[in-house]
Amino acid sequence: MKWSYASQRKEYGRALIELGKTRKDVVVLDADLSSSTRTADFAKEFPEHFFNCGIAEQNMMGTAAGLAASGKVVFASTFAIFATGRCWDQVRQSIAYPKLNVKIVATHAGITVGGDGASHQTGEDVALMRTLPNMTVVVPADAPETFRGTKALAEHAGPCYMRMGRLDFPTVTDPEEGFKIGKAMVLRDGSDITLVGCGVMVSRCLEAAETLDRRNVSAQVINMSTIKPLDEKALADAVKRTGGIVTAEEHNVVSGLGCAVACYLGEHDPVPMKRVGIMDTFGESGEGEELMRKYGLTSDKIIEATEDVMRRR
Amino acid sequence: MVAYPDDVICELEKKANLIRRHVIRMTRAAGSGHPGGSLSSADILSALFFKVMNHRPHDLTWEDRDRFVLSKGHAAPAYYAALAESGYFPIDELLTLRKLGSRLQGHPSRSKLPGVEMSTGSLGQGLSVSNGMALAGKLDRKSYRVYCICGDGEMESGQIWEAAMLGAHYELDNVTAFVDRNKLQIDGPTEKIMSVEPLPEKWKAFGWHVVEIDGHDMRQILDACDKARDVKGKPTMVIAHTVKGKGVSFMENALSFHGKAPNDEETRKALKELGEEV
Repeated sequence: MKWSYASQRKEYGRALIELGKTRKDVVVLDADLSSSTRTADFAKEFPEHFFNCGIAEQNMMGTAAGLAASGKVVFASTFAIFATGRCWDQVRQSIAYPKLNVKIVATHAGITVGGDGASHQTGEDVALMRTLPNMTVVVPADAPETFRGTKALAEHAGPCYMRMGRLDFPTVTDPEEGFKIGKAMVLRDGSDITLVGCGVMVSRCLEAAETLDRRNVSAQVINMSTIKPLDEKALADAVKRTGGIVTAEEHNVVSGLGCAVACYLGEHDPVPMKRVGIMDTFGESGEGEELMRKYGLTSDKIIEATEDVMRRR
Repeated sequence: MVAYPDDVICELEKKANLIRRHVIRMTRAAGSGHPGGSLSSADILSALFFKVMNHRPHDLTWEDRDRFVLSKGHAAPAYYAALAESGYFPIDELLTLRKLGSRLQGHPSRSKLPGVEMSTGSLGQGLSVSNGMALAGKLDRKSYRVYCICGDGEMESGQIWEAAMLGAHYELDNVTAFVDRNKLQIDGPTEKIMSVEPLPEKWKAFGWHVVEIDGHDMRQILDACDKARDVKGKPTMVIAHTVKGKGVSFMENALSFHGKAPNDEETRKALKELGEEV
């Protein structure tokens, strides 16, 4: 498929600036990665409302909590592994438990981080945040959705986590489309199988659906950009429509989108399903696209999974 | 410097003792909790809640209120006693500490109990939160101050020093923090478990205004708070030398009462020593 590519990070920075123009209560924190996370764009426009916390993520989350407890809407950004792994207890104790209005928005999620290697990649962030009570977890599929997601986060009362990639991702959503936290979008209709993706894997789901179509398999594609709360109605509709589910995520298959969907299906609508994602392993250095191929984040894997699910149906 | 009349000091000391009696009754009723570190903080809490801080117990959203964060969340019984005696909730409720359905959680919870500005309990986090509140105050051009009590064991956690850097970097002169330096932590004396000294030099080196006081001398506590208000461009750290279990002879400097409630006999003795009229 021919895609146009755009940067999620750039759209995050742009959305922050728009927020800054209309809302005096928005404050942005970063931990020495502001040029990478693009919070520097906001800092340039609104220097008074930006605080660099240095390489001290635990302290950044605590500071964010204090600002939020004083009425601010706080965006705290760094790389996904540092935003969730390095300071999980601070996020739990100081943000999620007191239900404070902190938006943890992380970049460099997943394996497409590339050359930095496993230390900077993360397949665990969604799992870490999803398990926290009160936490909302958003994984936008592309740049336009990141822009809309950022603004939706600002409107949402309570703690949120949003992750995005380092690379430019294919644009798969309609920029004119609305965005509602907790609402999945059917991007393509189909009757034989439902492919439920998030992040960059939505584009891989659409590619897989195209190939499957040529093989006379009609695949529905859902962009599940909110992992928590999960759009159970969308899943129930999908089960009714197709009776089989494949999930795809740039995250460990353990405790990410696939597991969230599997839990729903197991408890409410037991139909055959299969997860595509990072198979419970750490990544390594390499180009983002190379890594996606090596670690099974491809449309071919989604097609294989589809065949497996359809055999079992 | 304000010269506080004797009757003001005497009243605050009485309140501190009242907090201490509540702590004994509450931990006895709960059958668990942390009396030692609650008793060592009682005088500081009394000074803050009944004299130093501008707060309105019946107007929780008053924007100009001074904020308080109990970073050493395990001193919750003393904190709850100060809140109840200030009028945040009925005094009778103190005896529900740690019970199922109570708003008085084992460690303070912001979403459960009105007046609690921040949930704490996992140590080392309260100073960062205080800094955040102070930054918000600066942004909003408010003159409120943020008060924070840390335990000395907390000085062992890295986040405290991250917060120390941030507080100095952003010149948060609206922060007054205390270290309740009672010199004991669960496993033993701080200097044996993990030396935190020289504390004054460390905080000075991190760019804070540092005062060392006797944390059971009401005048010294008040003076330290007054001085902090006059310091410009630097946050203040008050190193308050205290005695763990202060006020109850058999709890003073006793490791065993860090996280253990008194039994009936001990409760009677403790309340008597704290001047409860029978």
